[in-house]
Amino acid sequence: MSSSTDFLLALEGVTVSFDGFKAVNDLNLYIDKGELRVIIGPNGAGKTTVLDLICGRTMLSSGSIKFKDQEITGLKEHDIVKRGIGRKFQTPSIYEDLTVFENLEISFPRGRDVVGALFWNRTPEIIARVREIAETIFLADHLDRLAETLSHGQKQWLEIGMLLIQDPELLMLDEPVAGMSVSERIKTAELLNTLIRNRSVVVIEHDMKFVESIAHRVTVLHQGKVLAEGDMETIQANPKVKEVYLGH
Amino acid sequence: MSNSLFGKRSYDLIAFALLAVLILVVLPLTVDVFRLNLVGKYLTYSFVALGLVLCWGYTGILSLGQGVFFGLGGYCMAMFLKLEASSVANTKIQSTPGIPDFMDWNQITALPFFWQPFHSLIFTILAIILVPSILAFVLGFAMFKRRVGGVYFAIITQALSAVMTILIIGQQGYTGGVNGITDLRTLLGWDIRTDSAKVILYFVCCAVLLGSILLGRFVLTSKLGRILVAIRDKEDRVRFSGYDVANFKVFIFCLASTLAAVGGAMFTLQVGFMSPSFVGIVPSIEMVIFCAVGGRQSLVGAVAGALLINWGKTVFSESFPELWLFAMGGLFIAVVLAFPRGLAGLVTDQLLPRLRNGGSGRAPRISPAPAE
Repeated sequence: MSSSTDFLLALEGVTVSFDGFKAVNDLNLYIDKGELRVIIGPNGAGKTTVLDLICGRTMLSSGSIKFKDQEITGLKEHDIVKRGIGRKFQTPSIYEDLTVFENLEISFPRGRDVVGALFWNRTPEIIARVREIAETIFLADHLDRLAETLSHGQKQWLEIGMLLIQDPELLMLDEPVAGMSVSERIKTAELLNTLIRNRSVVVIEHDMKFVESIAHRVTVLHQGKVLAEGDMETIQANPKVKEVYLGH
Repeated sequence: MSNSLFGKRSYDLIAFALLAVLILVVLPLTVDVFRLNLVGKYLTYSFVALGLVLCWGYTGILSLGQGVFFGLGGYCMAMFLKLEASSVANTKIQSTPGIPDFMDWNQITALPFFWQPFHSLIFTILAIILVPSILAFVLGFAMFKRRVGGVYFAIITQALSAVMTILIIGQQGYTGGVNGITDLRTLLGWDIRTDSAKVILYFVCCAVLLGSILLGRFVLTSKLGRILVAIRDKEDRVRFSGYDVANFKVFIFCLASTLAAVGGAMFTLQVGFMSPSFVGIVPSIEMVIFCAVGGRQSLVGAVAGALLINWGKTVFSESFPELWLFAMGGLFIAVVLAFPRGLAGLVTDQLLPRLRNGGSGRAPRISPAPAE
């Protein structure tokens, strides 16, 4: 089944079953370099599971996942991260007992083994990079604050900053604007636009306005399968999509 | 806010200096050799508590088997000293002269192969460091790579300490059994039982301990220390920052175990014997209590906890021997409920801020912090 591709990310025949229930069923999904892909679908369609599969959190039952034409199935999470895949979680996932600076510093893609971390040297280059990122995520004045004292929106921004400094080639975002106020949403959309420059992005989102504003291509998942794929207009006009998702 | 971070770092250094003055100057000047030797013994437990700060307080790995590593270090040292004490001249009344007395009592007629290398002090010192770290590595690797953690890890380490006790007691001919390895006399011909030797060994122990605190501080203030906190906080997220969590856990568990073993070796030197009663479940849990009471996120606090509790144990059990265990259990529960960050947390979170706000009148109360 698996073939060589020019795609950045290629999922072919991916199936995962939990006790016989097929959360993802014979899924094919291809992401181009520089593409922004939005995945939508009703609850339980397998959207988050797809992200979990790509980043190594869930093992697939069969099929193949290739990143830059190399098989990444079976690799550990940190190896997949090192190959250039970053993931933002649905709830803000940051290190609350560390300061903003330390959160960003840990995400800097260097010194990731035990020895490298033990003899880590906070060079001017790293400090400058952390400050630059902090500036982008509106947290430049809060570098020494413990992350747990940040507001919900600031935590989301910090996590986005942690991904920025990690600089992945493929970025996966799970409902990045869920649970945000209108003003936070606007600022976050701005941030995400910075984040998605020069890289491929997969976004899961329910907010159709937000999807319309950013999407290049949309994939609709339903019961673990691709129901439809195409640009926003085609998708919105698709009667099957209307029936299972957009209609309600 | 950067003030508080700086403040916390300087508290650490002040606490370290206070501890150094206390154990290097105050105690040697004020207590007799017998008591000083007792303090030295307590300090050997604080090596274990230091290790627990690293792996439990910072990384969230609760090990209930640190007595095993303490014991391994202690036994390695004891084997060397025992061989030196069992020269042919010293043991000529035995049926096989030149082997440790307990082997002779168990009808063993030749020194077992694994005892042979302990004729060498260099090998012994290497063994004190390597044997526990290899065991910790094997155990840690097997468990952390499979992502076994939390309470399961605690239970397995506790089982390990039970297994080790049974093994030592059961293999009496090779280990000295329940009595342990006793009647240790000289280190390279230097009698370790005299008062002057005890004082010197006390200072050696203090120096190694202070060095270990600095080592722990180096680890905790490096980026690795922050990764450990991140692992305790959100282990899953750390993987997605690109770190192999298991390697970091294995590393810190090995370091904690090696520290415990060094403590065990210092124990044998100062107390003059080693027995399975320092290996089992009870001593392993006691060491966790020392750490919790002192403050599991403070290196100096953990040392203070070990000192204070053992000092309390000595004083208290002289008058009410049967009540001591209840008192210690009660203390542990009280600390966990009321002061989860232990004595150190009490000082840095409660006492010092109040002193600052409450004016200088109460300032002298800072000084007796580590151990009165």
